[in-house]
Amino acid sequence: MSDYLVQFNNISKFFGKVIALKDVTMRLKKGEIMCLLGDNGAGKSTLIKTLAGVHKPDEGEIIFEDNKIVFDSPKDALDIGIGTVYQDLALVPLMSVTRNFFMGREPQKGIPFLKTFDVEKANKIAADRMGQIGIDVRDPSQAVGTMSGGERQCLAISRAIYFGAKVLVLDEPTSALGVHQASMVLKYIVKAASEGLAVILITHNVHHAYPVGNSFTVLNRGKSMGTFQKKDISREKLLSMMAGGEELDKLEVELQEMDRIHNKN
Amino acid sequence: MSLKSKSISSKSSLNEDERLKKISPLRVLLNRPELGALGGSILVFIFFGIVAGDTGMFSAYGMLNFLDVSANLGIIAIAAAMLMIGGEFDLSIGSMIGFAGICIAIPAIYWGWPLWMSIVFAFAMAVLVGYFNGIMVVKTGLPSFIVTLAMLFILRGLTLAITRLITGRTQVPGLRVLIEDDPLAWLFATDTFKWLFTWLGSLKLIELRTDGTPLATGIPPSVIWFIALTLFATWILMKTRYGNWIFASGGDKVGATNVGVPVGRVKISLFIGTAVASTIFACIQVLDAGSADTMRGTLKELEAIAAAVVGGCLLTGGYGSAIGAAFGAIIFGTVSMGIFYTDVDTDWFKVFLGAMMLIAVVFNNYIRKKVTETK
Repeated sequence: MSDYLVQFNNISKFFGKVIALKDVTMRLKKGEIMCLLGDNGAGKSTLIKTLAGVHKPDEGEIIFEDNKIVFDSPKDALDIGIGTVYQDLALVPLMSVTRNFFMGREPQKGIPFLKTFDVEKANKIAADRMGQIGIDVRDPSQAVGTMSGGERQCLAISRAIYFGAKVLVLDEPTSALGVHQASMVLKYIVKAASEGLAVILITHNVHHAYPVGNSFTVLNRGKSMGTFQKKDISREKLLSMMAGGEELDKLEVELQEMDRIHNKN
Repeated sequence: MSLKSKSISSKSSLNEDERLKKISPLRVLLNRPELGALGGSILVFIFFGIVAGDTGMFSAYGMLNFLDVSANLGIIAIAAAMLMIGGEFDLSIGSMIGFAGICIAIPAIYWGWPLWMSIVFAFAMAVLVGYFNGIMVVKTGLPSFIVTLAMLFILRGLTLAITRLITGRTQVPGLRVLIEDDPLAWLFATDTFKWLFTWLGSLKLIELRTDGTPLATGIPPSVIWFIALTLFATWILMKTRYGNWIFASGGDKVGATNVGVPVGRVKISLFIGTAVASTIFACIQVLDAGSADTMRGTLKELEAIAAAVVGGCLLTGGYGSAIGAAFGAIIFGTVSMGIFYTDVDTDWFKVFLGAMMLIAVVFNNYIRKKVTETK
């Protein structure tokens, strides 16, 4: 038995001639938050879809609890406990909190062929679950559209956990949020990890990733630039490792140069 | 950690206070999709109560008259509403009514099939047409507006061509004699609660003919089907897993698919639903009139959609109710009949229909904004 809950070893994915991912390795322990950082186009989306079972990796292996796993569909990934929360959250704003929470997996009661959606039970579970993360759903039949962006993100994460996720894959959970909302979501992610989940947090925002992450994997043009423990790397170093970092350095130099010329005149 | 969660909960209780102030009971009521149509129905009844209260519109006979019209429209409006909640349109409803009519009449009259077999055949064709509509929309990803518009022409054309080819005419009469003793036809052709009307007649509480039998003889089958379908559709939407899938499929196709809702299957089944409802409509009409006509059901698809929209369905899907559509149908049915009892020229009915729809769409749009408003 290895220490790792889940291992993605040397994952590669090709689309025709395009190398979308090459030899990406990520290993997570229980309770660990790994941040996957990369600029736009670095291959984050492809990697997420590979983790979620949407794409099959062309090379490499996925090992979950010491068993080698092959996903044929997103459902396989869900069934073994890899819960992916996509950027669009898969929430319907016009539907109630409860109906969204149980969308596709509604609890039923009654006799066969006349089974009904157990709304009372569903309401109770949804309200409970949201309460646990400090979101007081006054009325679980209220539309999700009335919730804030952060609350919606928390609802989507909470749903993934309720339905048995052991590994949470979160796609840019804070990108569309303000500072307050983002910190609410990040707090919840830390809480989820402290309860034993492994979390893969995909983001291009180092400032959101650095405070909560235990380790950091930087993706650049489809390749992993390595995984670093928090103690081994600074925020600034991480930032500059992302493709944007070098360019920002260059920009800074150029700006200083302009400034110098300006001051001379 | 405890410190963190404490700060969250204190903030959320603050939020809750804000919310309590914002949501009044009226607002909660306003959030129900069927409210507009319910209010509209009440207004319509008050209006005709004042304008036409003493004209016989609200006698037993008059009421059954406008209820019959409302119920016929309601049968297809409910199916159209469910499909709209599921995020699609069906413009072939009207043509399907005509097509189903001749599917019953031609085998029964020209091929000598027993009536029940023709009815079963018509429903089988409906399932096929609905399935075809659904599979085309789901597999090609084309807008259902286009796919079913094509089906509108195809079915109407087929109806005309086949009827003319086989009968040389565009009407197929002679069904009435076949209804008696048929094991299936009574479902679409029997007035119910006759004893009640006879009894009320004997007490002289309702209008009588000169021979002493009541003018209104019983509840027409359309009304029974209408009530049953409204209840059934509401049960499905509110109380079953499949109902939740309908809302999810219409609200966000991609999201629903990602969490495991079989969106394609849901949509195909809803298309079958509208075709089957059209066939129920056709059965009732054909057996009532005793004949099938190739032009039957023309423009009914638009009336059904109008009733669904007035009933609170959003054109973009994911929101609406069967009860709302039922009230939408009642509004249209009542006005279309009630207008005969007033001095107003019946030409104005279409103006009213259009105006109602516009008001409903503006109102619905406002409601949607309210429901999805992010704080």
